[in-house]
Amino acid sequence: MSDYNFAYLDEQTKRMIRRAILKGVAVPGYQVPFASREMPMPYGWGTGGVQVTAACLTPEDRLKVIDQGADDTTNAVSIRKFFQRTAGVAVTERTTEATVIQTRHRIPEQPLTEGQILVYQVPIPEPLRFLEPRETETRKMHELEEYGLMHVKLYEDIARHGQIATSYAYPVMVEGRYVMDPSPIPKFDNPKLSDNPAIQLFGAGREQRIYAVPPYTQVVSLDFEDHPFVASKADHDCDLCGAADSYLDEVITDDRGGRMFVCSDTDYCASRRAEGHVGRLGTDERAA
Amino acid sequence: MYVAVKGGERAIDNAHAWLAEERRGDPAVPELTVAQIREQMRLAVNRVMAEGSLYDPDLAALAIKQSRGDLIEAVFLIRAYRTTLPRLGASQPVDTAAMAVDRRVSATFKDLPGGQVLGPTFDYTHRLLDFKLAAEGEVAAAPTQDTIPEPVPHVTGFLNRDGLIEAEPRDDTAPPDLTREPLELPAARPLRLQALARGDEGFVLSLAYSTQRGYGRTHAFVGELRIGRVAVEVDIPELGFAVEIGEVELTECETVNQFKGSKTEPPQFTRGYGLVFGQSERKSIAMSLVDRALRWKELGEDFTGAPAQDEEFVLYHCDNIQATGFLEHIKLPHYVDFQAELELVRRLRAEAAAAVQEAAE
Repeated sequence: MSDYNFAYLDEQTKRMIRRAILKGVAVPGYQVPFASREMPMPYGWGTGGVQVTAACLTPEDRLKVIDQGADDTTNAVSIRKFFQRTAGVAVTERTTEATVIQTRHRIPEQPLTEGQILVYQVPIPEPLRFLEPRETETRKMHELEEYGLMHVKLYEDIARHGQIATSYAYPVMVEGRYVMDPSPIPKFDNPKLSDNPAIQLFGAGREQRIYAVPPYTQVVSLDFEDHPFVASKADHDCDLCGAADSYLDEVITDDRGGRMFVCSDTDYCASRRAEGHVGRLGTDERAA
Repeated sequence: MYVAVKGGERAIDNAHAWLAEERRGDPAVPELTVAQIREQMRLAVNRVMAEGSLYDPDLAALAIKQSRGDLIEAVFLIRAYRTTLPRLGASQPVDTAAMAVDRRVSATFKDLPGGQVLGPTFDYTHRLLDFKLAAEGEVAAAPTQDTIPEPVPHVTGFLNRDGLIEAEPRDDTAPPDLTREPLELPAARPLRLQALARGDEGFVLSLAYSTQRGYGRTHAFVGELRIGRVAVEVDIPELGFAVEIGEVELTECETVNQFKGSKTEPPQFTRGYGLVFGQSERKSIAMSLVDRALRWKELGEDFTGAPAQDEEFVLYHCDNIQATGFLEHIKLPHYVDFQAELELVRRLRAEAAAAVQEAAE
């Protein structure tokens, strides 16, 4: 099959990563330092997620990889191919059929179930990073549960814009203890983080951090009583499947202002169309 | 009817095929061999070995060929290969005092035991394009002379004998391994040196230059710069003694830095250190300046806020593989986050427009 060990990484490295994952699961939302390896794909392309996936995969697993919600984005294709080549695992585009899902920037629309693992690719794991660039400082702030700076930032947003002007990578509080960066998912996806039956694992390769949200963990998006968190999306329905409840991509269709909105989750959209749902610009695709 | 973009897989395969063709260039021009790169692009090979943290001139040359001469890409190939290699053991510390020097210069003493040896340097070449090279002629052999090898002791050793330079007590603690443990701060000097040794030459150069211009000035003299081959010895437990397994070419730079003394230290010279694979002079000098600037705390100096003094800033940003990966990743799809921003900006603009409307009424 290939000259590499199952899922590329050697067993000692996988063991080291599994230990970090277990620690992360034991302390939800805490960023566990781990000795991230140099992978054969660039930092920023999902090396953290790939290492976490490699450490989780077994030969019986069925893997799904999405980027921006889609299975056919170039980098999702590339990562899926990597694991097909190095692990020989079965792959799928169906959320319901996957045992491990590696994702960049989205949580699938289809609710996850017990036993599934969702692996997030994380660029900057530190939610306080853009308020305080020093890692030595932010680690101290987490230790002391010193999150005043974050609340001030959110408050300043409201003072300036009338609302919290963060639309993705919206900070959350995990089990009332750690403020966590949910990776750059749109805040539309934030409610799915909480009380989720699946295991959610976060891998940041370049920054050498792993963190986790175990099943049925309480995850709260930060807000104020008088400015409650709102999960928002484009105010349209999907033009292909008609879904009103899914996150949408905006597609520019001509140079005269023409545009359409389609589900960012390609599996969700395709499944709905196969069931006979039709949007504004769609056609009936039910299997005859 | 709109059809969602598909075919990522075919696009990737086709892109790779095109890349391979571009790498080869005009097939009418003979193909470069790895040996040609290894022999004639030696300094590029050295840089790839240094920043790739793997001493293998053939693989470095192969990486340069494969990367079409993009040295950071070549470093990346070497790093990705290196991580898959098993660790069989650690060598004994190399003895640079026993180096077979090709080049050895001191800027602090006119003459000294072991002598000044210019070696193969660009230093005094006039930078005039040599059009003869375009004609691809053979070069005449350089003159040689038999010499009796004599010991080449370190310059800092002379200063040390007189107590004029800070003592460097022997420490046999195994150094940490940056590639096997996550970076944690504060970092000890061995870890800082390790990070600088594989750090980007351009980044380390500019940081060092900034100290010379006053951002964390350290008044450095090149006490000594030496380039040559050293033996690598490995302890074989079954034998009970160390065996030489080969040799590596290294560039070592020791700076002697002016120092007024501090609350805790009497006036004396201090040290900066640089050690790099291959002939990598610029890198080793730059490394020793940055090393010295980073030592402000242990020497009881003030932190002036200079970037080169800031260990967290230097160590988190000196690695070009990390840097280029994260920099270039912003060309990957970000439709989802951008859509979220688009929606937010539209909403904020609508609210602002409504507020203006209301005020006007």
